[in-house]
Amino acid sequence: MRQLLSGNEAIARGAYEAGVRVAAAYPGTPSTEILENIAEYPEIYAEWSPNEKVALEVGAGAAMAGARALVAMKHVGLNVAADPFFTLAYTGVNGGLVVVSADDPGMHSSQNEQDNRLYARAAQVPMLEPSDSQEAKDFVKVALDLSEQYDTPVLMRITTRIAHSKSLVELAERAEIPLRSYIKDTGKYVMLPGFARERHPLLLKRMEQLGEFSNTSDLQKVEWGVGKRHIGFICAGVAYQYVRESFPEASILKLGMTYPLPRRLIEEFASQVDELYVIEELEPFMEDQLKAWGIKVEGKSRLPRVGELSPEIIHQSFVIQLGPTNKGDVPFPVPASQPSDPEMDMAEEPDAVTPTIDWCFQAIPGRPPVLCPGCPHRGVFYALQRLRLTVTGDIGCYTLGALRPLSSMDSCLCMGASISMAHGMEKARGKDTGQRTVAVIGDSTFLHSGIAPLMDVVYNRGSSTVIILDNRTTAMTGHQDHPGTGFTIRREPTWAVDLEALCRALGVKQIWVLDPLDLDKLREGIRKATEADEPSVIIARHPCVLLENPFQDRLYQVIPDKCVSCGLCRDLGCPGLIFELRSLLPETGSSSAERLLPRIDPDQCRGCGLCAQVCNHQAIAEVPKSQGAEEG
Amino acid sequence: MSKKDILLVGVGGQGTVLAGKILAQVGVKAGLAAKVSEIHGMAQRGGGVVTQVRLGSSVSSPVVSRGQVDAIIAFEKLEAARWIPYLSSQGWMIVNDQEVMPLPVLAGEAVYPAGIIGQLCCQLHQLRVVQAVKLATECGSPRSMNLVLLGILAPSLGFPRTLWEEVIAEAVPPSTREVNLKAFGRGWALESTA
Repeated sequence: MRQLLSGNEAIARGAYEAGVRVAAAYPGTPSTEILENIAEYPEIYAEWSPNEKVALEVGAGAAMAGARALVAMKHVGLNVAADPFFTLAYTGVNGGLVVVSADDPGMHSSQNEQDNRLYARAAQVPMLEPSDSQEAKDFVKVALDLSEQYDTPVLMRITTRIAHSKSLVELAERAEIPLRSYIKDTGKYVMLPGFARERHPLLLKRMEQLGEFSNTSDLQKVEWGVGKRHIGFICAGVAYQYVRESFPEASILKLGMTYPLPRRLIEEFASQVDELYVIEELEPFMEDQLKAWGIKVEGKSRLPRVGELSPEIIHQSFVIQLGPTNKGDVPFPVPASQPSDPEMDMAEEPDAVTPTIDWCFQAIPGRPPVLCPGCPHRGVFYALQRLRLTVTGDIGCYTLGALRPLSSMDSCLCMGASISMAHGMEKARGKDTGQRTVAVIGDSTFLHSGIAPLMDVVYNRGSSTVIILDNRTTAMTGHQDHPGTGFTIRREPTWAVDLEALCRALGVKQIWVLDPLDLDKLREGIRKATEADEPSVIIARHPCVLLENPFQDRLYQVIPDKCVSCGLCRDLGCPGLIFELRSLLPETGSSSAERLLPRIDPDQCRGCGLCAQVCNHQAIAEVPKSQGAEEG
Repeated sequence: MSKKDILLVGVGGQGTVLAGKILAQVGVKAGLAAKVSEIHGMAQRGGGVVTQVRLGSSVSSPVVSRGQVDAIIAFEKLEAARWIPYLSSQGWMIVNDQEVMPLPVLAGEAVYPAGIIGQLCCQLHQLRVVQAVKLATECGSPRSMNLVLLGILAPSLGFPRTLWEEVIAEAVPPSTREVNLKAFGRGWALESTA
């Protein structure tokens, strides 16, 4: 049976079919849906771990115990898990272990666009790169087989366009892979220096053998082009699809295994073409290695080293930059509108290059992400902005508090860094700075990597104020549960971490639990907390408005007579508040005077009431929902 | 059939993703190859959203290039303007006549351009402007607006209407099935009589 699956769904299916027993992850775009889909298969134990390091260690334990395991994370998650990842390469596994890294070229939702292929080389771990959903599924099984055969974790690297693109996948049944027996092996699994020294040469030997495998594996495919054989491309992952699309007749060496690279195969391919190009996103990972082997090749001299590639960029980089070759012809056929399939596009003119519409809008405003209407984080950021505090931030929906008009975040580095950076600022500039600084961190993020930094603040006699933005979920990635919500990945009830008690146990004595939608109390709490001469925590607790909304029956309206257009409400950046130029009422006598008046869009308003609280003129008031609907 | 590259563009929360899923599934059930590319931004609501659907007897790239798209369904006017460079000169566009203010406009740092529909009319080979929210509300729920828009696109693709209805019934929650089918039918009727 064939199904349309995203790369992430296909990886989950691959884990199921390949007999995986344990899977763990922390949610992170674009990798989140891998575990969400694995959780649909009761045959696999699935969990949200508090962070990627823990997830990988769970996977490692499962593999050591003889089970097949899969661990998934976004690219920056592998930074968190890098510590066990590098040493796992030494210990090897027992049951197969595949680590999926979902990279995000173009940074659709990430803080950087690192190229995690470099981790394969740095850690000496073999790497597979699927180029569509079918391969994403198939490669999970290949990776697990390799992992068991060569006694190594295997990295499967995907990118956003693989993770979140759907293509057809042929499904199969699950293979029940029996547990391998567990045998105590201190020299293999206890990485004391003496034992690790013996493992390192074994690791290098293993990579040599895998290099041999890479040369002969049918993961690597040579596709000879029709006619124009003098030009060859080497590519992997989604770049392969782009090259296929751009140059349907080109000769391609398509690699499914990109570490270790198949040297002999590449040299053979290179010897049969006059010009060789490597098409890869981000870093010249393959290109550098080819050049080190003395192969004449080009790649990044024509292609960008930032952002995603696309058929368009590849086509432009080659046809336009390269121009006609000395062989007297345009090097590559014009793409896309020239279908290779005669069934397609019969109606269109055969040689038409589809022109782009001549479009002339001068300024199309961007549409950056925004805190949802009714988002409880908005209250905290509004309060922080008014108090003009320095705010060290973290990763989550609330990172959007950095954007105008809230503009109330000074830093965002990685998960957990908000607390440690606030502590560092205080230590650098003294207590006065400390009292002008707060760290903000979400509940899920706090449990991911905020606990240790908060412990550090207490231990090292800091006096930082930490606001835990507790919306009872991992909101940004789509509302996943975490150790504080009381539910597992399959919504089974479980123990919920008590944040208050946890902070107290870390040594924090000043703790306030406040509702971020009650601005007066919140401001007062922040004032007290920042003044305190010791570590303090505010738990700003209100559930994410998309999860539950106690105010769903409330609706607010602007009373135009009372509004003086002061713009205070505008600083909330609420999508439900729309500002329109309106003429003054006729009785004022002036026909030309216009004012910017707010209006509340009843379809967007979630009744949080923040706008009524910030208005100094009582010009925003709650109204019965029926009335609002009539006027809206 | 010939290849079809279609963009569904809008704002988070408008139902573009579900519409794209239905469209692709219809293609698959009709025996075509399909690729769908979605980008999940940082915001759950309010950010820009685009779903690219490619159907054909074979499809390589999951993303399309500028100037090559056969049809764009714009769930919001500003997004129609933003994505129009992707439309081919023979392509057509369906625009929901709705404005959702982006943050820079709400913050007073940018202006929502006036006269988008007028400009679209001048430039496009084929354009349908619809008040999809109003039509969807008449069918029972403003949230079925995505199905009205899909219904307008559907007749041009040549797949049987029963196939669409079968896929829709499978894709939407049972409680909203009736409303969504009605909304789809409303869109279908608009276009097939136009």
